[in-house]
Amino acid sequence: MSTPDALHRPGPAAGVDRSATTGGMDGPGTPDGRDAALTMVRRILFYVLVAFGTAFFALPMLWLLSAPFDDTPTYAVGLPDVLTLDNFAEIFRNRYAVSSLVNSTILAVGTMAVVVTFAALAAYALSRARVPGRDALLYLLLLLSSVVTGTAAMVPIFLLIFQLRLIDSHFGVVLVLSGGLLPAAIFLLKDFIDTIPRSYEESARVFGASPLQILRHIVVPVARPGLATIAVWTLVQVWGSFLTPFILLRNPDKQPAAVLVRTFYTEGGSPNLGLLAAFSLLYSVPVVLMYLLAWSRYGFRFHGGIKS
Amino acid sequence: MAAIALTALTKEFPGGVRALDALDLSITDGEFFALLGPSGCGKTTLLRTIAGLESPTAGTVHIGARDVTALPPGARNVAMVFQDYALFPHMNVQENIEYPLRIRRTPRHERAQRSAQVGTELGLAKLMERRPAELSGGQQQRVALARAVACRPQVFLFDEPLSNLDARLRLEARTFLKRLQREVGVTTVFVTHDQAEALALADRIAVMESGKIRQVGTPREVFGRPATTFVANFIGSTPMNLVPGDVRGGGVTVAGQRLDLPGALADRLHDGEKVVVGVRPEYLTLSATPDGAALSGQVSIVEHLGTSSLVTVEVDGELIGATVPEEDEPPAGATVWLRPQEGRVLIYRASDGTLVSA
Repeated sequence: MSTPDALHRPGPAAGVDRSATTGGMDGPGTPDGRDAALTMVRRILFYVLVAFGTAFFALPMLWLLSAPFDDTPTYAVGLPDVLTLDNFAEIFRNRYAVSSLVNSTILAVGTMAVVVTFAALAAYALSRARVPGRDALLYLLLLLSSVVTGTAAMVPIFLLIFQLRLIDSHFGVVLVLSGGLLPAAIFLLKDFIDTIPRSYEESARVFGASPLQILRHIVVPVARPGLATIAVWTLVQVWGSFLTPFILLRNPDKQPAAVLVRTFYTEGGSPNLGLLAAFSLLYSVPVVLMYLLAWSRYGFRFHGGIKS
Repeated sequence: MAAIALTALTKEFPGGVRALDALDLSITDGEFFALLGPSGCGKTTLLRTIAGLESPTAGTVHIGARDVTALPPGARNVAMVFQDYALFPHMNVQENIEYPLRIRRTPRHERAQRSAQVGTELGLAKLMERRPAELSGGQQQRVALARAVACRPQVFLFDEPLSNLDARLRLEARTFLKRLQREVGVTTVFVTHDQAEALALADRIAVMESGKIRQVGTPREVFGRPATTFVANFIGSTPMNLVPGDVRGGGVTVAGQRLDLPGALADRLHDGEKVVVGVRPEYLTLSATPDGAALSGQVSIVEHLGTSSLVTVEVDGELIGATVPEEDEPPAGATVWLRPQEGRVLIYRASDGTLVSA
């Protein structure tokens, strides 16, 4: 609280100056003074409200940071009485915990590879080719995509995957998740590729580059921030998805972290909070790291063509 | 080095827009050729068809002795500079200049050598490590030119390469471009909507309108004797005066007053024929006293153009412009006489707008 004070305390000379010029006019009680007081009260109320709001959303985060290191965690947030790493030790002793994180990684990276590859090709084609009814097609796909991974379609999807003999295989989950994420990815990437001037590609064509060379040398490097955005977005979506892997993977050896979390209960049937918190922390670290990495490398910016 | 020959070239876009209409044109080897016209006249489509970025609906394109109509752009040995320069934003200047050579699998050391040489010639030696976003407009334009020069094509195709530069830089770049083309000696086709640019740069100009070429000629021909009223209107920084008139008894009546017909034209026109009389403001002499066969009227507006002024004179309801040297401007409202200089009056048929020539 020292900074505002310092700001309001001008040097001696300035102080004299101020009282000389504004002294008699701005006293309390004049309309100007009341307005200033009202503004001040309003501002204080605003910040108090914001502080409450921030605290409301920050508490679960704080719990996630403190509970894993507490030997007797509760739902309350507080500094642990006894700091311990036992919860983490138990996670690593758990037969499924570590392998579930590996499974999550396989699913996330697999889906990301499928989504980025196919979304890039589809978005490029849709952006550059004259397809009648292109926008209608895209919006329709976008609408349907929420159905694919939604609850309503789970029975048919289960039957479909069952018939394909892909139950209990990561490949099946990757296919279904990709199907759900592709339309939105294509939609976002198409918008991004639309902003890349065609003259880049035409210029390369005149110099004799083949379509594949144009894609490799020009389009992919220029679209890299967009591709990175889609990649991170896909990873995060898959990392957090529960329903599809829950239904399609019956074998606990194959289940990803999001599904496994559900099983951390004590024998008594109440949630094992220490285990749950420690696992949740491990589970959220990769996502946070990825955001930071993508942000620092690409900053989701775009280096465009020429200055206007 | 190669000549370009276009025969009966037609391009129809889906939706029935005819951008090129059975167009014939030949451009000689080493020529600096300008395609000039208002926007939408098909000049850019024509350039892109020569490049191979558009395939014609009918007709053929020859570059040198080869028929390239069916060849992809990369096989035509042309280099194109786009209006936005199309420099690849993720490559630095050197990589940009080397890109065409990389596609042609030129060995790495030869690429580096050639890009360094071209870069030095075009004054880019200190900028080779920079990205396009770190260059000024003029520098970007020179990189685009360097990239075109480095791949040693038979033909340069320039799509309005000066239109993204500010006015002062444009003059500089214009001189630079002309010198570069002289030195390299490569056949160059240049698209522009700016008639001053075309007049200044080109060896020959083709003026286009709605997919057709209206006139091909040297800048002097196109400026001095525009073939149609469209060309006359389009060429010249101060537009040509085009005034309707009637042929009567060896002369022509314009705005209620009589002008002599240029000698040899009298027998090509019949009495009573409707014509359009065209004369450039620069070719009208303005005087404050009656001056032989002249049109008289009142000064309505005086516009300063720097070393000269454009005086608009109202002659019986028609507005006619004439340029006078600076500080020779008559006061507004004064009665003045306008006399066309010898041999500078052009007569167009009112029916189809074509020039009546002897």
